Amino acid sequence: MYNQYQDHLKSQIREIKDAGLYKQERVIVSPQGAEITLDTGQTVLNFCANNYLGLSSNDKLVEAAKKALDTHGYGMSSVRFICGTGDLHKELEEKIAGFFGTEDTILYAACFDANGGVFEPLLTSEDAIISDSLNHASIIDGVRLCKAQRYRYENADMEDLEAQLQLAQEQRFRLIVTDGVFSMDGNVAPLDRIYELAERYDAMIMVDESHSAGVVGETGRGVTELHNLRGKIEIITGTLGKAFGGAIGGFTTGKKEIIEMLRQRSRPYLFSNSIPPLVAAAGIRMVEMMTETNELQDKLHENTRYFMDRMMKAGFDIKPTQSAICAVMLYDARLSQEMASRLLKEGIYVTGFYYPVVPKDQARIRVQLSAAHETAHLDKAIDAFTRVGRELGVLK
Amino acid sequence: MEENNLNEMKELVLKYVISEYIDDDDVTITYETPLISSGYVDSFSMVSLLVFLENKFNIKIPPSKATPEAFDSVNNIVALVNQYLNQ
Amino acid sequence: MSYSGKTKDLYLSLLSDIRNGGIFKEERFIHSSQAADIEVEFPSGSDLKKVINMCSNNYLGLSSHPEVIRAAHEGLEARGYGMSSVRFICGTQDIHRELENRVTEFLGTEDTILFPSCMDANAGIFEAILTSEDIMISDRLVHASIIDGMRLCSAQHDTFKHSNMEHLEEKLLLHENKRIKLVITDGVFSMDGDTARLDEMVRLCDKYDALLLVDDSHASGFIGKTGRGTHEYCNVVGKIDIITTTFGKALGGASGGCVSGRKEIVEMCRQKARPYLFSNTIAPVIVSGVLKVFDILSASTERRDKLEKNASFWRAGLKDAGFILKEGNTPIVPVMLFNAKLSQDFSRDLYNEGIYAIGFFFPVVPNGQARIRTQISAGHEMHHLQTALDKFVKVGKKHGILGLTKEQIIEKYGQ
Repeated sequence: MYNQYQDHLKSQIREIKDAGLYKQERVIVSPQGAEITLDTGQTVLNFCANNYLGLSSNDKLVEAAKKALDTHGYGMSSVRFICGTGDLHKELEEKIAGFFGTEDTILYAACFDANGGVFEPLLTSEDAIISDSLNHASIIDGVRLCKAQRYRYENADMEDLEAQLQLAQEQRFRLIVTDGVFSMDGNVAPLDRIYELAERYDAMIMVDESHSAGVVGETGRGVTELHNLRGKIEIITGTLGKAFGGAIGGFTTGKKEIIEMLRQRSRPYLFSNSIPPLVAAAGIRMVEMMTETNELQDKLHENTRYFMDRMMKAGFDIKPTQSAICAVMLYDARLSQEMASRLLKEGIYVTGFYYPVVPKDQARIRVQLSAAHETAHLDKAIDAFTRVGRELGVLK
Repeated sequence: MEENNLNEMKELVLKYVISEYIDDDDVTITYETPLISSGYVDSFSMVSLLVFLENKFNIKIPPSKATPEAFDSVNNIVALVNQYLNQ
Repeated sequence: MSYSGKTKDLYLSLLSDIRNGGIFKEERFIHSSQAADIEVEFPSGSDLKKVINMCSNNYLGLSSHPEVIRAAHEGLEARGYGMSSVRFICGTQDIHRELENRVTEFLGTEDTILFPSCMDANAGIFEAILTSEDIMISDRLVHASIIDGMRLCSAQHDTFKHSNMEHLEEKLLLHENKRIKLVITDGVFSMDGDTARLDEMVRLCDKYDALLLVDDSHASGFIGKTGRGTHEYCNVVGKIDIITTTFGKALGGASGGCVSGRKEIVEMCRQKARPYLFSNTIAPVIVSGVLKVFDILSASTERRDKLEKNASFWRAGLKDAGFILKEGNTPIVPVMLFNAKLSQDFSRDLYNEGIYAIGFFFPVVPNGQARIRTQISAGHEMHHLQTALDKFVKVGKKHGILGLTKEQIIEKYGQ
């Protein structure tokens, strides 16, 4: 029957293209870093990776990965509970719990899987999930797979959260779910106030620290550090695929019994390989590095301040943030595409985002800072932004 | 509903359940046997049972009522069917 | 929340139910590379024990193959460690494209898209290509990840009896009026080790105008004359609309999966499959390893040939000794014990004898169908298999089940 279906798909793909929503991939031929080479031969400065701490091609992580390849091989060819658990997995789980000040940790193949598999084993139709409207797609999918009653509050709107908590009082357990940093605006969740409300309305909290771990808080422990809530949040999920080395892998860390329950019942954990040993080894090295010194965290914070200050002085409309995500607001979808492509010609690689990824008329360029950026990189980017911004008439 | 009719109905549903879902000759299914919670019928396979009931008894069971609990034994299923037969 | 109060109590009581039900999953910590001989810490904290591994998906023995490891080393040098980005922002390297092309060529399809795992490939494919006007008709024994993918898709679903083609035909007739009908099966079924009748399924799909999806995770690399998978074994290469498979089993065993098939379907996944759009793809170092795996497989069929020989030796040995096996033609050889507790006792006794093989019972397999699932590898040498066989016989004698029929075992140990 494929012919008929083929036509159907072709027309759908055409629609996506006509709407200007077709995703093209740029091919990179170098390791990830502040400077990357594209397959066109062009070398550009990268300002759109989640490589916040600059660890993606870090020598020490590469060394740790190589050592593990020699001692623990390449793959485990098994899920955890059959014969796919290595001593390195256990060690990394302990290290992550130590880093976040939690009781125990469970590793997943990706944070997408951690979020996809966290709700169903823990909550039933008697319970309530109260979720921020801008939470990541993987949280949404996890919630879809769970039978709990769903409540939704407007992004970081504490009045709305309180109203939803009141509505959810008839359920047995309540779980408030929020991203630590929202990836499109870069705003940090008001966890201190969420915590107050959770206390008042008897709810648990889950925070996805994917864009905040390694970034937010003086030592990069995430929003729980920023808001002095270390050890007080029931569930934290996070990724090894962004600041923490950027390869693959995710985790859920938190209360002991919750983690134990996930090990027994969480489907992506039970039915898929864990991270390979070499990724676990690099993860262990990463936590050690972040504990030994605060150099990378300090440098990232400094870079972020430097870039934001100068961009605002240059007249750009920037969303205020405590994360390493700097949303340069342009509002118009076409303008965001035009600006991104002119910047690429100037050797600056950034991405423009527009509806439906962000709300209508809220198009923007999302700049992501990294500890891998040197001041010269930042200056070059600021100059290019200013020049192109002036050409396009978007400076205040 | 008369006792006779009720038993006839149970027998009919039981026969369908066995032919549609049970491959293993060693398994004995009674009116009380839990079907879904003991793994004989998975929730994805319930659709054919639903279609069977709707066609056989000429009723319409709303999706919200076709829950794994309501379908968990022949007795439960017949009770559910009766609710809609009597309407 | 007062977490230390009622929530904690609830989870503690659920966990103790799992323990009391005898279905608590204990992990065993492996300190060596994955191979035929491994070193295991179990229970946690005890001394390392050397055992022969009879339960990994390391079918081709490539999980710690020196050439694969060398390729991974080189990959780390040339392409760094992580991408820190999803594919469509700045997470695509040339080697990702190269691997996609290699898979396409190997499977004999039109195009391929990589996913972080086959779990994610299966979780993402249905929603990306079907809507509520369509129907998914799946074999009742498909893998859990397919079930999750179907749960996330708004298309209707129905099932057919395991490998029962008459029943599939009934279902295709029943749903004839749906816009798109997608028939879904595993190529090799992981718990039983049997093979889907793909030739027959292709014929039925043609007749009733349906698409066919095959998850070939337990077949890619070794089933079929040149290891292309179940479609090669059934002589239907080029006729399967969608193949999903993993690099986490025979093909190196690290991580990663893919959807391979019709060009437009793959293109649609790139635009719409959520795990693809919202998660990093396979790390460059893993890609480098998998590329080497394909080099090895393309150069010779030696490994899959050895696997086939090992598997038939193992199957014949167990059968001659008087064990009841699930019939099949794959390296998955389930030894049927029927009773859940017996399967656990058997597994523990084997472990004490230096043989690592896990017992499976409800809800992973149907009630009263408990078993030890053994999986054979090209990494096994004859002495591994002979030792394992001797130990299986020893433990089988201890429990007095050799030569017994199913009824006799059930009589002795209960259903």
